[in-house]
Amino acid sequence: MVKKISRSFKYVYLALMILFLYIPILYLIVFSFNNFSTGSGKRISYANLGLWKGFTLHNYTTLFSGEAGQALLLTLEVAGITSILATLIGTAAAIGIYSMKKRSRNLILNASQLPMVNPDLVTGITFMMLFAFVNTLLVSLSLKQIGDIAKLLIAHISFSIPYVIFSVMPRLRQSSDLLYEAAMDLGCSPMQALFKAVIPDIMPGITSGFVMALTMSLDDFVVSYFVSDLRSVLSVYIYSAARGAKGVNPALATVIFIPLVTLLLVVNLRRIAKEREYEIQNKKVKLKDKGGK
Amino acid sequence: MKRKFFAYPYIVWMILFIVAPMLFIFYYSVNVGGQWTITKAWATLSDAGKWKILWTSVDMAFKTTLICLLLGYPIAYILSNMKKTVAGFLSVLFFVPMWMNFVLRTYAWQAILEYFLPNLLGMKDGTLTGTEAAVLMVLVYNFLPFMIMPLYNTLAKLDKSLLEAARDLGANSFLTFVRVVLPLSVPGIVSGITMVFIPAITAFTVPALIGNGKYYLYGNEIELAFKTLSGQGDYAVGSTLSIILLICVVVSTIIMNYFDKDQKQGGQMW
Repeated sequence: MVKKISRSFKYVYLALMILFLYIPILYLIVFSFNNFSTGSGKRISYANLGLWKGFTLHNYTTLFSGEAGQALLLTLEVAGITSILATLIGTAAAIGIYSMKKRSRNLILNASQLPMVNPDLVTGITFMMLFAFVNTLLVSLSLKQIGDIAKLLIAHISFSIPYVIFSVMPRLRQSSDLLYEAAMDLGCSPMQALFKAVIPDIMPGITSGFVMALTMSLDDFVVSYFVSDLRSVLSVYIYSAARGAKGVNPALATVIFIPLVTLLLVVNLRRIAKEREYEIQNKKVKLKDKGGK
Repeated sequence: MKRKFFAYPYIVWMILFIVAPMLFIFYYSVNVGGQWTITKAWATLSDAGKWKILWTSVDMAFKTTLICLLLGYPIAYILSNMKKTVAGFLSVLFFVPMWMNFVLRTYAWQAILEYFLPNLLGMKDGTLTGTEAAVLMVLVYNFLPFMIMPLYNTLAKLDKSLLEAARDLGANSFLTFVRVVLPLSVPGIVSGITMVFIPAITAFTVPALIGNGKYYLYGNEIELAFKTLSGQGDYAVGSTLSIILLICVVVSTIIMNYFDKDQKQGGQMW
């Protein structure tokens, strides 16, 4: 009896916490179907995001027509280029650092932790000041200034590379040097051995580094906010719209949330299914062992 | 073949874009428009109001971390005791919000606290934003998954036979928890605290959106110094404030590392 109560209490607690975490997301999704037109005209104001005025799909049809669409496009562009370049530079760096002597290796790895330990706020303002300094220098030389997109790219690539290095590094440590030597013995040139033997072996690390860089870039708000002036990514758009009078179109929540949940659930359910299979097989093996004896 | 050449592009990149930018904090704190001066930095340092806000922020970060720990530990503990498949699914549910754009989630809380709840409670022209409690709640909301994740990872890896041993030796479930589970989960607690406390000191998005101009934190002071509406902000003030913030972060990291190491040595002794 006591056990039953404590068990149901556990489930109630978990349910309440999950509810707490999902309340704002569900709130936005519900209100994304709300009619926001004010007065008689076609003017839309998302400011009063708490008053239900009737069902409409209008918010979805206009979602990406304005600034939000441009911001989303820029977010995807920056994230795409960032993740590719950060993976290339980071993987090459990991291979290079791995072959270094212990002292220089540790020095570089420690320095690489700097952007991971640094608070976003500090990373953001340091980049802001760097670009301000460089731009004033460029102006005094009457050259073209660095634009927002280049600034965003440089900043995003910089804070993503360490995550790639630290995902590839453990894989390199696991991978055997013999693999490389075997490829050479079988007639590969050093380059070929690298690309045909070493790279495929560390591929899982490279892939997870790529995914890390992609999510870091997609998720970033603080650094982008300080770095960019005129054009920026989606989260910066949301921030300035949220502080402005007009508000944010709540339909954004749905279009971000639904693909995200689907993706995460598919990936994780596959992992869980594999674990389950493994468990069942383990049990079978154990049963067989017992039967054999 | 000299493979270490592969690292050179990164080393150049790192010096240009990771190490060099850090130096600009120090450069701009004592250089105003090309002139070397410490008057602005000194004025900022001797401004009692700034120190008061710093204290408010540290206090807020402390409260946020404590509440996250108290709410998150039971969650991680319950999850770690469930069947692996169920726990796997539920833990995904807990971590999904982490991946959702956090500015958007904070905006949702702004809407709930500013319009929905006051309407529901019948408060005429009332708003629940702009209070310490509101900012604290949304900070807890944002950082809770970051506390649960390391705790769950540590607790899930815990060797269950140790619990059986404790029980065999006569400990009841409460004693087992206090004497076995809790000490063994200290690494998770430490990394959870690090993952919440440091971002919480530097938080400026939540107070900006939920504080409603009435309640703000140290991060907002820095934001204000750098991002004024009229173009270029005051870099000298902002840089000085950032140096103080960096010192706070470094000190708390050192304290955390100390506890972490302490635990590791202690663990070996037992």
